Amino acid sequence: MSDDPLQSPRARDGHAPDVFRPGGWVPMKQYRDDEVVDFAIVGTGAGGGTLACKLAEYGFSVVAFDAGPYFRPLEDFASDESEQTKLYWTDDRIVDGANPLQLGSNNCGKAVGGSTVHFAMVSLRFRPEWFKARTLLGYGADWPLDWREMWDYYTEVEQALKISGPINYPWGPPRPRYPYRAHPLNAAARALAKGCDALGIKWTETPLATLSAPRGLAHPCVYRGFCVAGCSTNAKQSALVTWIPRALAAGAEIRDLAMVGRVEVSRTGLASGLHYHRDGAWHFQRAHNVVVAGYAIETPRLLFNSATDRFPEGLANSSGLLGKNLMAQSNQAVWGVMDDEIRSYKGPPSLAITEHWNYEDAGKDFFGGYAYMSQGPLPQLWANTQASAHGLWGARLVEEMKNYNHVVGLKIVGEMLPQERNCVSLTEEVDQYGLRIPRVTYSWCENDKRLIDHSLKFMSQALRAVDAKDIWFQTDDTCHLNGTARMGTDPASSVVNADCRSWDIPNLWICDGSVFPTVGGANPSLTIQAIACRTADRIRALARQGEITMWSSENV
Amino acid sequence: MHDRTHPVSSSEPYPDYDVLKKWSGPSWNDKTRAVVARRLAIAPEPRFFTVPEFETVSAIAARILPQPANRSKVPVAALLDSKLHQGTRDGYRVAGMPRDGEAWRQGLKAIDAEAQLAYQRRFAEITEAEQDELLRQAEAGALTASEWGTMRSADFFKRRLLRDIVLAYYAHPTAWSEIGWGGPASPRGYVRLDFNERDPWEAAEAKPGAEDKAARINRHVR
Repeated sequence: MSDDPLQSPRARDGHAPDVFRPGGWVPMKQYRDDEVVDFAIVGTGAGGGTLACKLAEYGFSVVAFDAGPYFRPLEDFASDESEQTKLYWTDDRIVDGANPLQLGSNNCGKAVGGSTVHFAMVSLRFRPEWFKARTLLGYGADWPLDWREMWDYYTEVEQALKISGPINYPWGPPRPRYPYRAHPLNAAARALAKGCDALGIKWTETPLATLSAPRGLAHPCVYRGFCVAGCSTNAKQSALVTWIPRALAAGAEIRDLAMVGRVEVSRTGLASGLHYHRDGAWHFQRAHNVVVAGYAIETPRLLFNSATDRFPEGLANSSGLLGKNLMAQSNQAVWGVMDDEIRSYKGPPSLAITEHWNYEDAGKDFFGGYAYMSQGPLPQLWANTQASAHGLWGARLVEEMKNYNHVVGLKIVGEMLPQERNCVSLTEEVDQYGLRIPRVTYSWCENDKRLIDHSLKFMSQALRAVDAKDIWFQTDDTCHLNGTARMGTDPASSVVNADCRSWDIPNLWICDGSVFPTVGGANPSLTIQAIACRTADRIRALARQGEITMWSSENV
Repeated sequence: MHDRTHPVSSSEPYPDYDVLKKWSGPSWNDKTRAVVARRLAIAPEPRFFTVPEFETVSAIAARILPQPANRSKVPVAALLDSKLHQGTRDGYRVAGMPRDGEAWRQGLKAIDAEAQLAYQRRFAEITEAEQDELLRQAEAGALTASEWGTMRSADFFKRRLLRDIVLAYYAHPTAWSEIGWGGPASPRGYVRLDFNERDPWEAAEAKPGAEDKAARINRHVR
């Protein structure tokens, strides 16, 4: 057992942790604070980690900052839900609105690798029409991206993560074969499949970012079932074990336990670097370009906290839309008990999925879509669900928990519509760094409620079709966060352009889930990574055209 | 398909299953052993709560998760105290709600004040039926003594009291054994994933009339 990654930075002295070897190190290039790096990136998750890798491989000088620790999963991760809450972003935040969000566990990571260190690995492509949701489907906003271009970037990400998936995907336009074969179904997934068969809709093995065969030093998934508590065997293809090792090998520097508090803007109106807190003191890293990739709460918070006389409402906010249009995804579930033993704690939690209601527009009284998946909650999560969502306590809770191995559940990832009133703003209170803390305001709209009602009705039919008993609805849960710095084609109605470049400050970029104009009914991680790959390609093209401030474009 | 009576009786579905017997096996890695060993060695006296506060927490925990007399008790209040002492928190809170530790102190003060108002005794001193009644009123948001301050009793009940006590109890191996969970599983995971399939290192469920068989199997789970 080596040092404590939560107490002191590991990426320093010319090396970074080797995530594949306990106690191991890999060499790391380092930059001085007063060196003007091409790109200083805030965040190392699906957006920042991916972009750091791609830009470094394209020859740019890159330093990527993360507020969280740099873990070696093999030695740092316990098979324990409580211990692994160390992966979550649990800094002080206020939630309000008619439907206050629950934060932390399933939507906020604080580690090198970001939320991908504890995500459920569900790796879905968007339905092509969603990129033109306003024009083709009549709701939300159009993306400035073309689905055919995104299709190629999805392929790149699927290959980079060696996604395991079905031979033929039942919905949408043709896609290439998944690089690794699908995982076997557990009983929870079989129950989903039986329900779909009974109702006459298609289902498939979930495309997952966890290995079904060896890859380098990583072993295939052993079906521990602790995915959302952090994978201790490295089967999970998080940014921590995929993009970031590549980034280091290509010359990027990672700074862990480095909280960025302010992006500096010079008198010329350009970003000049960022202030970060590390080792108990504030430092300033100079940079030609700053990329903010802190996810949908921390990204707008940082830009608000970076306000200046010239940009009093925060950086990149001439549209007034920074922090607005926050979108979670609905995460309601239907639960029941089967006579069969399910033991859904075995294997990744969502081994089977149906996207039927993402692709079927008939028979809906709402805009948008949803997927639903099989479930495998670990005991603490399940007990808390029974208590807070089902209202059980006392002897009833103790007894119901004894049915744990017979529980079967179906849960949606549902599209919620963008609304300006759903937003991230700043409060007057400050956190441990002295930075103003965010307020996260969230209320469902009528369309959100109709989608949820539709899904609960449908999934209860699916559970009844497999003879589940004691069926009940978990009516209030959300997952994922998107949309607080939307991309678009018009500076008046968006924060960044299709290249994730801010309209107001040409060397300030935003590359994470914040840029989504709509969320679709699919987990966002694959799309965030695909956007990051595209952004890297665009940055390289722009640099070659001399349209990017940087040290030297000779190498790119 | 197996016949199971609903709802389950208050029997033990997994007789003699003890997840801790896997301690030295391939399902437990060093990190997990270190974490769980610390939890099992938790001190019985409070470090975050005062002694009277701790008595109230213990009384509340006993109503939220009543424990059988025939085994050693999960030290729910001590586990919660330890978590608050370490400063581990959820990090998000509804408007009007103090941070986790302060919310607990204020909520306990309010619960005791409500018990005094209704029964002229502290919460820990009233009957179990009276305790349940007070907790139900908190759950419904019907408690409004001035001691609650800006915090709604329903918010405290759902977001702190219920949640934190439930999480503490199900963080303990005794609770894991009680529900027949496989427990820690690193580096060894699982092989048999389908309906009614059990790996030899998982709990065997007692089927009606075959409880002894399950107990025999469970005594050998490693």
